Amino acid sequence: MPESLTTIAYLVAGVLFILSLAGLSTQKTARRGNAFGIAGMLLALGITAGGHVQSYGALAVAVALGGVIGAVLAMRVEMTSMPELVAALHSFVGLAAVLVGIASYLGTTTDSAHAEGVIHAVEVFVGVFVGALTFTGSVIAFGKLKGIVRSKPLLLPGRHVFNLLLLLVSVGLGAHFLGAAEHEGLSSLLIMTGVAGLLGVHLVLAIGGADMPVVVSMLNSYSGWAAAAAGFMLENDLLIITGALVGSSGAILSYIMCRAMNRSFWSVIFGGFGADEGKAPAKRAGAEPQGEVTSVSASETAALLRSAKQVVIVPGYGMAVAHAQYPVYEIAALLQKRGVKVRFAIHPVAGRLPGHMNVLLAEAKVPYDIVLEMEEINEDFPETDVVLVIGANDIVNPGALTDSSSPIYGMPVLEVWKSKATIVMKRSMASGYAGVENPLFFLENSKMLFGDAKKNVDAILTELRSSASSAAAE
Amino acid sequence: MKIGIPKEIRPGERRVAATPDTVSRLLKLGFEVQVESQAGAGASFADADYAAIGAAVMPAARELWDQSELILKVQPPEHNVALGMHEADLLREGGTLVSFIWPAKNGELVERLAARRATVLAMDQVPRITRAQKMDALSSMANIAGYRAVIEAASFYGRFFTGQMTAAGKVPPAKVLIIGAGVAGLAAIGAARSLGAIVRAFDTRSEVREQIQSMGAEFLEVSIKEDGAGSGGYAKTMSPEFIAAEMALFAEQARDVDIIITTALVPSKGAPVLITEEMVSSMRQGSVIVDLAAEAGGNCAITRPGEVVTQYGVTVIGYVDLPSRLAPTASQLYGSNLTHLLADMGGAKSFHVDLEDAVVRGAIVLHEGKLLWPAPKSAPMHVPPSVAPKSSIPPPVPEPPKAPVSHPLRTVAFAAIALLLLGLLGSVAPKEFVSHLTVFVLACFVGWQVVWNVTPALHTPLMSVTNAISGIILVGGMLQISGPIASPVTLLSAAAVLLATINISGGFWVTTRMLRMFQR
Repeated sequence: MPESLTTIAYLVAGVLFILSLAGLSTQKTARRGNAFGIAGMLLALGITAGGHVQSYGALAVAVALGGVIGAVLAMRVEMTSMPELVAALHSFVGLAAVLVGIASYLGTTTDSAHAEGVIHAVEVFVGVFVGALTFTGSVIAFGKLKGIVRSKPLLLPGRHVFNLLLLLVSVGLGAHFLGAAEHEGLSSLLIMTGVAGLLGVHLVLAIGGADMPVVVSMLNSYSGWAAAAAGFMLENDLLIITGALVGSSGAILSYIMCRAMNRSFWSVIFGGFGADEGKAPAKRAGAEPQGEVTSVSASETAALLRSAKQVVIVPGYGMAVAHAQYPVYEIAALLQKRGVKVRFAIHPVAGRLPGHMNVLLAEAKVPYDIVLEMEEINEDFPETDVVLVIGANDIVNPGALTDSSSPIYGMPVLEVWKSKATIVMKRSMASGYAGVENPLFFLENSKMLFGDAKKNVDAILTELRSSASSAAAE
Repeated sequence: MKIGIPKEIRPGERRVAATPDTVSRLLKLGFEVQVESQAGAGASFADADYAAIGAAVMPAARELWDQSELILKVQPPEHNVALGMHEADLLREGGTLVSFIWPAKNGELVERLAARRATVLAMDQVPRITRAQKMDALSSMANIAGYRAVIEAASFYGRFFTGQMTAAGKVPPAKVLIIGAGVAGLAAIGAARSLGAIVRAFDTRSEVREQIQSMGAEFLEVSIKEDGAGSGGYAKTMSPEFIAAEMALFAEQARDVDIIITTALVPSKGAPVLITEEMVSSMRQGSVIVDLAAEAGGNCAITRPGEVVTQYGVTVIGYVDLPSRLAPTASQLYGSNLTHLLADMGGAKSFHVDLEDAVVRGAIVLHEGKLLWPAPKSAPMHVPPSVAPKSSIPPPVPEPPKAPVSHPLRTVAFAAIALLLLGLLGSVAPKEFVSHLTVFVLACFVGWQVVWNVTPALHTPLMSVTNAISGIILVGGMLQISGPIASPVTLLSAAAVLLATINISGGFWVTTRMLRMFQR
């Protein structure tokens, strides 16, 4: 196949990827966007396979195997475990980038005396570094999301120095790597892979659970940069374009989310939110909210819902964990039938992935026009009779607005306490992912409904149904 | 705390400071509300409506003023002929009043209120800052004035606004020129557009071009470049050359358009005359001019404030009470502005005057009889009522999110360093690399631009699709897979291909699954 044709095909694939991302910006065009992405990918793979590959055996086996594994994963995954899947997939890209980098180093004979050689070596080095970082970072993120790794941030003393040290060691290894004769730099390349891996582990360990959405999208960005670096070392424009697209879009997404949380981008990336580790515990102790907690039963909740005119449902990660989205929507539908105005309020960082709650509600077939964003609904809370908070905590914490010592101070939150009554469904009085006490629970108009969210939601649903049928019988 | 809503006494004033809806919100804030009998009559709210939601209806104005700690009004207090008493004297000693005041031109009134040791907040002095938008009564009223101006124009104009092709022949659409694109001007654009007219708009401030275009109007320009943005979102006086060019433009437009709506005001200078008698005479018979600046003297030479005059076959409408002509809506919006202000001041339970609060500090005229107006550093606001001021408040269309703006010096420094590094790179790097770098940088910018407008609801699918796309690293594996089957390069590449394929098929598949679920 002529070289130019390949280039043109890559160009088309690149354009298709851009259209794909652009398409995913609105609900209407999202499906088309996904189709563009698939088309671009097929084109790119087809052209590469046709143009550059001589032996198809290994390729065919690897592709077939990988395709099947991916499809099975995607089919089996529950919508509630999307964050884990995404994190796992990121780690694959990272690892693949490491492998491609090492293979590229072994496979090409370069002369590091020339500029081309030096540049190629730098590209390999950078590519492997970013890949390794992405790989281990994603593995830790996956662990945190699965609950295998503790979600609380690990704050080692002097962790910024430690990060810097790891970076310096990598640079040092890089210098050695560049100076090494042909293929003898492999040892320093591999050691650096280990160091970068350690850096990835440490970076993500230092980030608190509440910041997970940002981390996941940041890792997404890293995986893009890794692909772009691979493109540089293999002199492949398509890889460069695609990597840069994914990298920059991931970075923007993280930035948008940080802005939604009113948090500095850098403090999230470098971990340890809540900042100065020395002061934090003392502050927390001072800000301990006091008062009594009133708990209610499911039937009391149902009674309250029945008499309400306006209801807002605030879902959080707890709803995802309990898989309660289906009965929640049934409650909403039932109430709507009785003329109650029911809406869902989504905080920008609810859940463990950006847009996580939207996906879950969509799965339960909640129409997206009754699902509102924080800014759209916040001013309606004073007119709301009942707010049902399902497994959310930090995103409804009034302390974020009032308590300047709170680590989440300044983060915009859903102002549910302004409504007439708030019912918080929670497993226990434990604090949220951010490890911050929530004064909401102690407010006079808040009531707690303890227990598993799914069971409680089912119980409310049963109550509502029985009252509906008895009303019909009368 | 008791709030009193008196009936407005100014002749022709039909608005009221609270509607049943806003009263119920005041009750929710913990206030007791008493309404003078017939207070809402002009705005089609019956006494029974107020009584039904829990307000006390009081027949006598004197008692109402006497028994209320806080009075909410529309117009500034004036002499009550029926009672033979000035409303300022009806206010109880040390009471609180919230209404339009216009302290700049009502010095005598302010003195009178000060003698009552009153606390007075002027709705016309609420600062135009983002946080205060929900209390910005000037914008609420300007919005109504703009809409009503179009309706008035339409009722005097003898033709359709929208063009039509009928069996009986063709009717051309009306052409509307709107001068001044503040809140009123933009509202007028919207109303005229939705009636089907061709709308053009002019404003000296080039920053409003996008706002004008977003409302569907054509933005007219003069050939001279000069930005007319003054302080506080108002326009400033322009240079003589600019004014000459502007007048030439208006003269040319006057011959072409059917309707002119003017809303131009420059703070403390009143309204500039933009439409001369000559221009009016050049307009087609049956044309209409609505002058929203009538009370400040008018933008048209022929305007007579409060009246409709016809000269040269052109009708010039100089009404000064346009918001009052849409009394139910105007009352509702004004009442909401008041409610928001009172909620911000602590509701009934903790109602207090916080002079540290920028909104309160801006609006307050008297605090327990002490003159606090004008607030320090606030922009001049000597604007008469019911005229549409130009405003910096964004139009009712969402602006696209913008990239963050960093400190200019830092930006320059970054740019310099980046250029230096690129220069260094360019001097040593081979041509191949530089062309790849070009591609890389451009792609970064494309990605940057493309993602800004994503709706938050789609963040997860976007992430899974980008994740699938980053599986393109597969190509990297494929390019190197062709060696001997057992060589380390081939094995490593095969492993990379395997991993990347998982990513691609998994990512796309799961995105498809998710997107299938989104539905209205």
